[in-house]
Amino acid sequence: MSDKRIGAEAVAEKGWLKAHRWLILRRLTQIGILALFLLGPLAGIWIVKGNLNYSYTLDFLPLTDPFVALQAALAGHLPETLGAIGLAIVVAFYLLLGGRVYCSWVCPVNMVTDAAGWLRGRLGIKGSAHIARATRYWMLGMVLLGSALTGVVLWELINPVSMLHRGLIFGIGAAWTVVLAVFLFDLFVMSRGWCGHLCPVGAFYSLLGRWSPVRVAAPARQACNDCMDCFEVCPEPQVIRPALKGEGQGVGPVILAANCTNCGRCIDVCSKDVFAFGLRFNNPVSTVPQAPPAADRSANI
Amino acid sequence: MKASTPKSNAARRQFLFDSARMACGVGLLGLGLGLYAKQSKALPALALRPPGALPEDDFLGACIRCGLCVRDCPYDTLALAKPETPVATGTPYFTARKIPCEMCEDIPCIKACPTGALDHGLTDINQAKMGVAVLIDHETCLNFLGLRCDVCYRVCPVIDKAITLDIQSNQRTGRHAMFLPTVHSEHCTGCGKCEQACVLQEAAIRVLPPALAKGELGAHYQLGWEEQKKAGHSLIDESKMLDLPDRMPEGTKLPGHYDPASGMTAPARDLPANESLAIPSLPPGLGGKP
Repeated sequence: MSDKRIGAEAVAEKGWLKAHRWLILRRLTQIGILALFLLGPLAGIWIVKGNLNYSYTLDFLPLTDPFVALQAALAGHLPETLGAIGLAIVVAFYLLLGGRVYCSWVCPVNMVTDAAGWLRGRLGIKGSAHIARATRYWMLGMVLLGSALTGVVLWELINPVSMLHRGLIFGIGAAWTVVLAVFLFDLFVMSRGWCGHLCPVGAFYSLLGRWSPVRVAAPARQACNDCMDCFEVCPEPQVIRPALKGEGQGVGPVILAANCTNCGRCIDVCSKDVFAFGLRFNNPVSTVPQAPPAADRSANI
Repeated sequence: MKASTPKSNAARRQFLFDSARMACGVGLLGLGLGLYAKQSKALPALALRPPGALPEDDFLGACIRCGLCVRDCPYDTLALAKPETPVATGTPYFTARKIPCEMCEDIPCIKACPTGALDHGLTDINQAKMGVAVLIDHETCLNFLGLRCDVCYRVCPVIDKAITLDIQSNQRTGRHAMFLPTVHSEHCTGCGKCEQACVLQEAAIRVLPPALAKGELGAHYQLGWEEQKKAGHSLIDESKMLDLPDRMPEGTKLPGHYDPASGMTAPARDLPANESLAIPSLPPGLGGKP
């Protein structure tokens, strides 16, 4: 067991609720979206039909998953009118809010891998297979190339995300074994393995939200006391360093890395309230109050 | 190359090794996935796609596995394949023997499809080709046994077009008729109601994918009687036609059989004698005039 719980300081300082605010909001969103999908088959209340690949809400709002649509397009098939409208809506949404918002706020597998990550911490499992986080982009390339070559929407053959989501709504069958495999993989084989290293869906969404304006930033980075809780809790810790520790290098406080999932856990667990949601444009080189202009060593804006 | 320092050389080597590692690892996975994709195109014969579904090869590239067709099917006919189903995961299918397609006139499943996986150009359900019914077992079909079951014929939504009863004499009893259900593929939509309704423990009539159910004449085949109809006259010089003996199996007797080359001529079939004399080589049915 680890001697110190992540975010203990924040809980002591800010209270449990404030130290879990974004986590609670995120879980409510994830479960809420799932509940909307389940309301039809379970209670006969048809608000949303379909699944995350394509859904139709109140016979009015179509939503299409752009990654699936892209695979179909490469396989030679373009969507019909409603599918295309849904595609435009979803693309616009993630262009604005950050692509990997899908991962942390919508995707049902996030709850599985977060659970694995949490349990990994509680059990004090240290060892982890090591492969580069960029592997997911190779996976993405493989899936897109493969879709074009085989003429099949390739990733959908084995995608644990749609297997879980579709399974919950339409009947899970043996899909639970795939979900369990992802859980165990993250727990015993590789820390943050699936979502953080391999999943091509997340890789696609990270590229989609590459230039999204809504970002987590560290405007109060001067107050950082190096407790490391944000690094510990972050599913993509590599994205934090430039923003949090970049003062000396003339790097602004906004987390610009495409793989930040905007989950907001760093905001929760920081006892010094270093982090906050903000816009990418509000990214001054220096966050030192009334600091002189950044050193003449070419600021990289 | 000349400017490269040992350090940049090492970095380049590392980069190349890392890239090779990724390409090989992910490529291996991709190979497996690609072969699995190839396998997944082999739809089991008894799994039928919804009306308007593209050919299987295209369908797996167009269907995004959303299940909207399943949701808008009023009869719960359609289901999405689970990972353990031998149908590509997440794609819609139905099993005729369990719940057949009721052939809704407005075809809600097609309307619900956000991609072209179900062809939006199909607006008349009678033109659907989900499969073709085949009376696959003549040994157990009750009508072939001489009974009047007729259930497949009666439940057919395209009755008297897609399935007709072909009346033949019952050779076994020598005094009864047999009403043989006969499928006409140009009218059969493959809805599967016949298969579902078949009273046998295992259906004698089954809906199969058209590619499995149908033979195909080569493009070079011409049907003489069709060509004759089109042209208004026979395409060959009938007076020079040579008739060969029919070579019936030994011991076979077919009363009224017309086979002038074997001496079975028109009088035997009660045709006017002058006809057989005028054109002794012309079998009836070709209808040519001397």
